[in-house]
Amino acid sequence: MDARKKLDKRLIDRQLFWPLFALVVLLTFDFFYIKGFFHIEIIDGHLYGSLIDIVNRATPLMFMAIGMTLVIASGGIDISVGSVLAISGAITAIMIGGDMVFVDGVPKYAAHNPMSVAILVALIASVVSGLWNGLLIAKLGVNAMVGTLILLVAGRGIAQLIVNGNVITVYYEPFFYIGSGFFLGLPFSIYLVAAFLALVMWLVKKTAFGLFLESIGSNRVSSRFTGLDVQTVTWACYAISGLCAGIAGIIIASEVKSADANSAGLFIELDAILSVVLGGNSMAGGRFSIIGSVIGALVVQTLTTTIYAIGVPPEVTMVVKALVVIVIYLVQSQMGKTSLKAAGGATALKAKEAKA
Amino acid sequence: MGTRDPLLKMLGVCKEFPGVKALNHVDFELRHGEIHAVCGENGAGKSTLIKVLTGVEIHDSGEIILEGRPIRPRTPMEAPALGISTVYQEVNLCPNLSVAENIFVGREPMRGGKIDWDDVNRRSAEALARLNVKLDVTARLDEYSVAIQQMVAIARALDISAKILVLDEPTSSLNKTEVANLFRVMRKLKSAGIGIIFITHFLEQVYEITDRITILRNGQLVGQFETASLDRLQLIAKMIGKDLEEFEKGIKESLSDTASAETEGVYYRATQLGQLGSINPFDISIGKGEVMGLAGLLGSGRTESARVIFGIDAPDSGDVSVNGESVSIRKPADAIRLGFGFCSENRKTEGIVANLTIRENIVLALQGKRGLLAFLTRKEQEEIADKYVKLLNIVTPSIEQLVGNLSGGNQQKVLLARWLATDPELLILDEPTRGIDIGAKAEVQKLVLQLSGEGKAVLLISSELDEMVRCCSRMAVYKDKHKIGELRNKEISELNVMKTIAGGLN
Repeated sequence: MDARKKLDKRLIDRQLFWPLFALVVLLTFDFFYIKGFFHIEIIDGHLYGSLIDIVNRATPLMFMAIGMTLVIASGGIDISVGSVLAISGAITAIMIGGDMVFVDGVPKYAAHNPMSVAILVALIASVVSGLWNGLLIAKLGVNAMVGTLILLVAGRGIAQLIVNGNVITVYYEPFFYIGSGFFLGLPFSIYLVAAFLALVMWLVKKTAFGLFLESIGSNRVSSRFTGLDVQTVTWACYAISGLCAGIAGIIIASEVKSADANSAGLFIELDAILSVVLGGNSMAGGRFSIIGSVIGALVVQTLTTTIYAIGVPPEVTMVVKALVVIVIYLVQSQMGKTSLKAAGGATALKAKEAKA
Repeated sequence: MGTRDPLLKMLGVCKEFPGVKALNHVDFELRHGEIHAVCGENGAGKSTLIKVLTGVEIHDSGEIILEGRPIRPRTPMEAPALGISTVYQEVNLCPNLSVAENIFVGREPMRGGKIDWDDVNRRSAEALARLNVKLDVTARLDEYSVAIQQMVAIARALDISAKILVLDEPTSSLNKTEVANLFRVMRKLKSAGIGIIFITHFLEQVYEITDRITILRNGQLVGQFETASLDRLQLIAKMIGKDLEEFEKGIKESLSDTASAETEGVYYRATQLGQLGSINPFDISIGKGEVMGLAGLLGSGRTESARVIFGIDAPDSGDVSVNGESVSIRKPADAIRLGFGFCSENRKTEGIVANLTIRENIVLALQGKRGLLAFLTRKEQEEIADKYVKLLNIVTPSIEQLVGNLSGGNQQKVLLARWLATDPELLILDEPTRGIDIGAKAEVQKLVLQLSGEGKAVLLISSELDEMVRCCSRMAVYKDKHKIGELRNKEISELNVMKTIAGGLN
C-alpha cells in the first residue's frame, strides 16, 4: 500500500517538477539581474512588490489555463477564450457603467444595474459561449480548432456590438475591488483563483469527472463502448472553459476600469495554451494536471514581466519570449522523453522477470 | 489456351511489414481469358498481393512476369501503363464530375492546346457501349447508382489498358441483378482474352464465375485449384487451415448434458434485429447460463450482430426483450444499464485505455454505471482492482501500472475484469483469445464456462473453431451478413459449422 502511494507521488512529482524548475530558473535570473525583484513592502497593510504583482497579473491567465487544461485533456482545444473574455468584459462594463449623482451635494457614482446582476449576466453569456463551442464540437463533431475558431472571430464582433464600438469606462468604485482590491494584505483576485481552483480540483478528484475525462481524452471509442457519456463530459469542458474566460474578462475589466472590445484578451488564448503545455500537459489529451497549468501560467507571466523589466525593446519582446519558450519546452520534452524511456525500460524488464 | 504462356506469373513474392510477413514466397498465375479468384480470410495477404501487382507496395523479393517479360511496378501510375488496371471496392472516382470526365480524367485528348470534349464524350460512350451500358456521358457521375458507377470505373480501367483487370470486392455493395449484370460483363471481357483477378468473400460468386482459385492463408500460398474440382467444404477448410480428417477427429466426443440451457429461461431475445448495410435482420435468443456462439468466417456478420446487440450500431429494425420485458438499446450505455458487457475484438482501439492504470481501467465501466457523483473511493477502487488482478492472474508489479505497458494477454484480462466488476448478466466476448498465449487462452476459456455455470449469459465470437466447439452450448452460424442457421448441443462440431457455412446443412 505504502509503496503504491509512493509510486503515485513520484508520478505527480515528475509532471510538476519541470514547470517548477522553469519558474525557479526564471526567478533566479530575476534575482541577479533585476534590482529589488524580491523586495516586498507593506503599504497601508497591503503587500506590494514584483512577486505579488506577477501573481496578481497572472490571475486571468490562471483562470483560462484551468479551463484550457480540461478542454485539452478531452482531446480538443479552445481558441475562442480571448473573444469570450472580451464579451464578458463588455457586458459587465456596459451594464455597470456608472453615472455621477449628487447625494446631499456630494458627488457619488452609481451603477446602471446592480453589480451582481451585471456579473451574473456576463458569466451566463460566457457559459453560453462555451456551450455553443460544445454544441459544435461534442455534439456535431466539428474539429475543435475550427469549431472554436468561429467564436474567436465572431465573439470579438459580438463584443464590439455590445459596446457599440466604443471603449466603455466604468465609474463605480465597488467594481474595482475585484481586480485591484486587497483582502488580508493580498490582492483579492488571488482568493478568487484559489477558490475556483479548489472547486475544480474537487470536481476532478472527488467526483468521477477526472477519471472520465482522462479516459475520454485517451481513447474516445473505448470510453463510449464502456458506457461513459462522452458527449456530456466533453461539452462540460467547453462550458467550464467559457466560464473561466468570463471570470477572467471581469477581472481584467475591473483592473483597467474599462472594457475595450478590440484589445481585451487579444492573443491571450495562446498564452493559455502555452501555460497548459509548460505545465507538462500533453496536447494529445488524456492525463492532465491542473496545478501544472497554474504553475505554467505563473511561468508565462513571470517571463512577460521579466522581459519588460530588463528593458527588452518593445519591438522584439515577442521574439525574446518565443525564444525562451522554445528553450523551456525543449528542455522539458527532452527530459520527459528520457525519463519516460527509462521508466518504460524498467517495466519491460520487470515484465520479463515476471514471465521468467 | 495451354499452348500459350500464362498472361501473368508471380514467383516467390515476399513482402514484409514491420512485425508481419504479409506475403511469404507466394506464387500466382493468371492465364489469358481467365477469371481467377483469390480467397482467404482477412489478413491472409490478398490485398498485399494485389498491391504488389499494382505498384502500391513494392515487394521485397520475388519476380513478376507479364507475358514473359519481368516487370517491377513501383508506383500506382506504372501498373496501368503496363496493362494492369484495378477497380477497388470503394469506387474511387470523382462523383461531382461527369461520366466522360471521370473516364478521361488525367489523360484528356488535346487539340490545339484545349481539351477535345467531342472526342472525350464520343470515346466515353464507346467505352461504355463495349460493356453494354448506355448512359448520358455528360451527366454527373453521382446521378447514377453505385452499380453504374462501378461500370464507369471498369470502362475507365479497360480504356486505359486491357490485359489484366483486378476487381477488389466489386460486388459488396451491389444487389442481385447488378451482380448478374457485372458477371455478364466479366464473361464478355474474358472471351476477349482479358485476365481477371476477382477478390470476393462471397463464396457463391466464386463458384458461379471463376475458373480457378488461389487460396492464401497467413501470407502463405495454400494452393491453386480448378474451381470445378474443389468443393466448398474443402475451400473453407483450406481458407481457415484445417484438414477435413482433423475435423472428423475433433468432433466433440462427450457433450455436456442436453437442454441445460433452456430450462433456466431466456435472458435476451431479439426478433428481426438488423441494421441496414451491416447486418440483415436476424432472430436470436440467449438463455441464462448459456454460452451462445456466433460462428462464421471473418466479415460474415458475426461481429456486426454483436455490435447491434450492444447498441454500438443502433439497430434500424427489430424488437428486443430482456428477461421478458421489451427494451430499447440505442447506445452502449443503454446496454450496460441493463447488465450487458462487451469486449471488443479490437482490444487496443476499442477496449483498453492504454494511458490509464490497471486500477482505473478496471473500475471504468462500473464507475460509468454509477455515474459522476457516486465516485468510488480510492480504497474501494484498489480493493476491486486487487480482487480481479488476483482472480484473473494479471501479471503486473502494481495496479498503478499503465495498461499500455502490459502484454496482450494481460490487457485482455484487464478488459475482462472491467466487465466482471460490473457483475454483468450478459457478457459479449468478441475474439477474447486473439493474439494471447496458450496459457492465457485456457484461462479465458475456463472463465467463460465458469460464468455460464453461475447462470450468466455469454455471447462468444471466435475465429478459432475448436475454442467455439469447446465452449458453446448453442451456436448461430453467419454467412454474407445473414444468420443462416443454428446448431445446438450434439450438433456442434467443427465439421457441422463448416457444412452449414458451405450450405450443406439446413
